[in-house]
Formats: sequence, structure tokens, C-alpha cells
Amino acid sequence: MKTVREKTWINYYFKSTSGIVGLFLVSVMITLSIVSAFSLAPIDPLEQNPISALQGPNSTYWFGTDQFGRDIFSRSIDGMRRSLSVAILSVSIAALVGVFLGVIGGLFGGWIDNIVVRSSDVIFAFPAILLALAIVNSLGNSWIDTSIAIAIVYTPIFIRVARGPVLTVKEMDYVKSVRVLGFSTPRILIRHLMPNVFAPIVVQIALSLSWAILTESGLSFLGLGTQPPDASLGLMVSEAQPLAAFAWWALAFPSIFITVVVVGLNLVGDGLRDALDPARRSSG
Amino acid sequence: MRFFNRIATVLTTLFGISIFVFIVLRVIPGDTITSSLGIETGVLTPEQIQSLREYYGIDKPLIGQYLSWITSFLSGDLGFSYSTGAPVWELTKPALLVTTQLALFGTILGVMMGVAVGMFSARKPGSARDFAGQFFGLLALAIPGFVLSTTIVTVMANRFQYFPNGYEYMTPVEDLSMNLQQMLFPSLVLGIAVAAPVMRTTRSALLETVDKDFVRTAYGKGVKPRIVRLRHVLRNSLIPIVTMTGIQFGYLLGGAVIVEKIFALPGMGRQILDAINKREYATVQSSIMVFAILFVTINIVTDWVYRKVDPRIK
Repeated sequence: MKTVREKTWINYYFKSTSGIVGLFLVSVMITLSIVSAFSLAPIDPLEQNPISALQGPNSTYWFGTDQFGRDIFSRSIDGMRRSLSVAILSVSIAALVGVFLGVIGGLFGGWIDNIVVRSSDVIFAFPAILLALAIVNSLGNSWIDTSIAIAIVYTPIFIRVARGPVLTVKEMDYVKSVRVLGFSTPRILIRHLMPNVFAPIVVQIALSLSWAILTESGLSFLGLGTQPPDASLGLMVSEAQPLAAFAWWALAFPSIFITVVVVGLNLVGDGLRDALDPARRSSG
Repeated sequence: MRFFNRIATVLTTLFGISIFVFIVLRVIPGDTITSSLGIETGVLTPEQIQSLREYYGIDKPLIGQYLSWITSFLSGDLGFSYSTGAPVWELTKPALLVTTQLALFGTILGVMMGVAVGMFSARKPGSARDFAGQFFGLLALAIPGFVLSTTIVTVMANRFQYFPNGYEYMTPVEDLSMNLQQMLFPSLVLGIAVAAPVMRTTRSALLETVDKDFVRTAYGKGVKPRIVRLRHVLRNSLIPIVTMTGIQFGYLLGGAVIVEKIFALPGMGRQILDAINKREYATVQSSIMVFAILFVTINIVTDWVYRKVDPRIK
């Protein structure tokens, strides 16, 4: 039964062109990150070559070089690896904590729910980047600190996404009837509530990954998070600012990388939303 | 009754925010003394450090520090900037005006662009123009504000030798024409960020309304298509658009942090950023609090506009 359903939504996903394009873009970026993670980049991203400083794109330096003669392609894929690592870690934390709190709040209600909702309101009352800025500033600049800061910012969204369906479903007759049948709370939770939370969470994960990448690159643009000489996409853009007038490639390529991965993740998110929501399938 | 409930919710949220802000900033290693004196702190005797701590009030227990901060904040005293000695409120007032102006312009531009492109797209779903509109929405969503700002600054300053933000910031009262020129690009960048979700919301809301019976009736009784689109379809699609605009207004305040920095606008975002770098607890705390109050106020206003737009909502 279950496999049949899964097959269906995957089939639906691959029927949409934009979903396939999104998946392709994200896969390319992940592959490049893996290449960088295993130090397979054509040139060491930290290696300085003063003789070949500020070269335009050519056969040795595919994306050109910066003012220190460092290879922009290798630095871009290294930056992409950092951005993706931060995004994946922070969204994993946010999703786990958020879904847990949301389900607990929705299921038990009362004062527990009240505390959960009120605390997420507090975090919602800050612009994301500002909150992340303050937290990173207190925690430190390692990629784990950055991830924790971004995780805190995006946890309330997962609380909301998980709590809503739980509130609706727990009042439905089929859940009430299995409760009368004497099923244990964990069993009801896993077998009957979680499948309803699954679809919105999956969509939310894809979208949050894209926001996390934007927040991470924004932070590193402002000088928080990754510190020089390490490469990070936001930091590369900010370093390219004074060069951009005569070395467009220093600004263009890291910018394009961020945009491409965010576009990809959004397309994947939209594709998943359409594929997982039976009501949208007919219209799509 | 509902009104009082709402006020109570807002007050608890603000109370939570104040505690949260206070705690987050206290985790920062180092204090005002080490950050303002740097390595020279080592030269001070323990007695001198102690008297400085007393002077700044950071020798008291945390709960005492919190209470003294929040009571003076509520009575309108936002504290003093450690580095310049100026009252924080004196710094905040002009900064608040800059950010409010920026946010308003950004929202107006964003809503105009978003609704226009949304309507453009929704005219023929699935067509080439719909694709173009959606592509615009996707790019507007995906290009980070700092990339857009940096690109605009580079192109304008180097290709066209036009960069009004290179001059000292002018308030609208001092020099209106200069002020508007300085606000143009930053609000455009913020506007584009707002336009993306507004465009998507507009498009889907319009597509939903177009299928309604009353729209068919309007067409059927011979109302001009343009009038139907504006009076019947758009008017009835406004609620999700207003909601989305309200949500985006909040995000836009966050975007202001980056845009103000790049375009050298002396707004709240830049004030907070500078204060964070200088570890000025008083300024950061009070500015973030003001920011949060602004944010919560916007949500209340959105709620109110909502009711005005749709009398059905009680």
C-alpha cells in the first residue's frame, strides 16, 4: 500500500518540467560541493598566484582569478560546499526540533501548546537576518555556530507547519476511533498523525534550505560566519565589490552560484508541493 | 473582549522579545569594558575594572540588569551609547525615520511590481507571458539583495558615474531631491524582494477568483473585461495580497540591514550592525527592541487593513 502511494507522488514530481530542472540544478551544485569536499577542485582554493592575479575566465582559470591570483572556480565550489553544509545542518536541526515541538504542542494542547506558540511568536517577531546576526555574534563564527543560529531562526516555521495538521487531524473521526480502540499515543502519533504532517514538512525543508543559503551568504557578506582566507559565496561577493568595475567575473560567478542553487531549491519545493498535494495535481 | 485579548498577546510577545534580546546579548563573550578598551584592559587594576563595571551597571546580577533596563526603556530612556555618550534615543530617532521611509518606498514599489507582474501572468495561465512573469518572480526570490545592490552600485558608479549614495545622507527636509535619489536604488532592491512573493500570491489569488460565478455573471451581463478584472477579480483577490504584503514588510526590515550598509544609509539596520560590532549592549538592546515593536505594530496594522478590505472578517 505504502509503496504504491510513494511511487505515485514521485511519478507526479517527474511530470513537471520545472521540478526536473530544479532537481538538476541542485544536483549539479551538490556534485560540485562533493568534488570540493574531496579536494578534487582543479586548483587549491587558498593557493595564491600573484603573477596570474585578476585574469579573466580562461582555460586554466575557468572563472578567472581574484586580486591574489586565487582560482574563482575552486573558491566558488568551496563556498558552495560551505553554504550547503550550513543549510543542511541548520535545516535538519530546525526540522527535528520544530516538528517535535509542533507535534507535542498540537497533540497535548493546554499550557504546553501555549508556551510553544508564544516562544515561536517571539522568534517570529525578528527579521531573520537580524536574529541570526545577533546569535552568530554571541556564539562564534564556525560553521556549526552559524548553523545553530540559522536553525533557531527557522525552527518556528517548522513548529507552525507541523502543529497545524496535527490540530486538524487529531479531531478527525478516524483518529478518535482508533483512540477509542485503545491504541497507544505513540502508535497514533506515528501511524496516523505523522503521515499527514509529512507532505508539508518535506516542502518546507526544500524551501527552508533555500532561505538558509540566502541567510548564510548574507551573514558572510556582512563579515560574520566564514572568515578570510576561507572561501564563502557571500564573502566572495563582498570582496569582489571594489574589483567589480574591472573584474566582473569576481562578482558574477559567486553571485550566479547562489542564485542558481536558490532557484533550484525553490523549483524543487514547488514541484514537491504540487506532487504531494492531491488537490493540486489536477490543476498542474 | 477580542481587542483586549489581542493587546494581551502583543504585550506577552513583546515581554518575551525583551527577555530573549537580553539573554542573546549576554551570551556574547567579553563585555563593554574589554571591547571598548581592547588589550589595554590588561593594564587596569582589578579595582579599576570593578569601578568601571559598577559605572556601567554590569556588576549587578542579571535579573537586576534586566529590570533596570526594561523600566528605563519603558519610561522612554533607551540608555547611552558607550562610545559617544549620546543618548540612544537621539541616535535612534533619525535612524528610525530613514528605515521607515526605506521600508515604505520598498513596499510600495514591491506591491506595484508584484501586482502588475501577477496580473500580467494570470491573464493567460501556461502561456509564454505567464512563463516570463513566473521567471521574474523566481529570479526576484533567488537573487540575494546584496548581490543586486553590489551590481547596481558597480554599474551605476562606473558606467554612468551616477552614485547619489556616495554623498552625505540628506533627510527629505534638508534636500528632498537628493533624498529621493539616495532612496531610489535601495528601495528598488527591497521592492524586488517584496515583489516576488506578492507576484506569486497575486497570480494564484487571481486564478482562483476568475473561476467564481460572480465573475462569469459580470462578463455575461456585458461589463467591460478591464473593469471586471479590476473591480471584480482584483478586488476580491486582495486579502491574500494584503496578508502577503504585511508579512513581507517584516522581512523587508531584515533586508534593510544589508541594503543600508551597502548604500551607506544611516538607518536602524546599520545602527544595530555598528553597535553589534562595537559591543554596545545598550544601543543594540534598545534598537532591536524598537525594531521588534515596529514589526509587531506592522502586524497589527496589517490585521486592521485586512478588516477594512474584507468586511466579512469580524
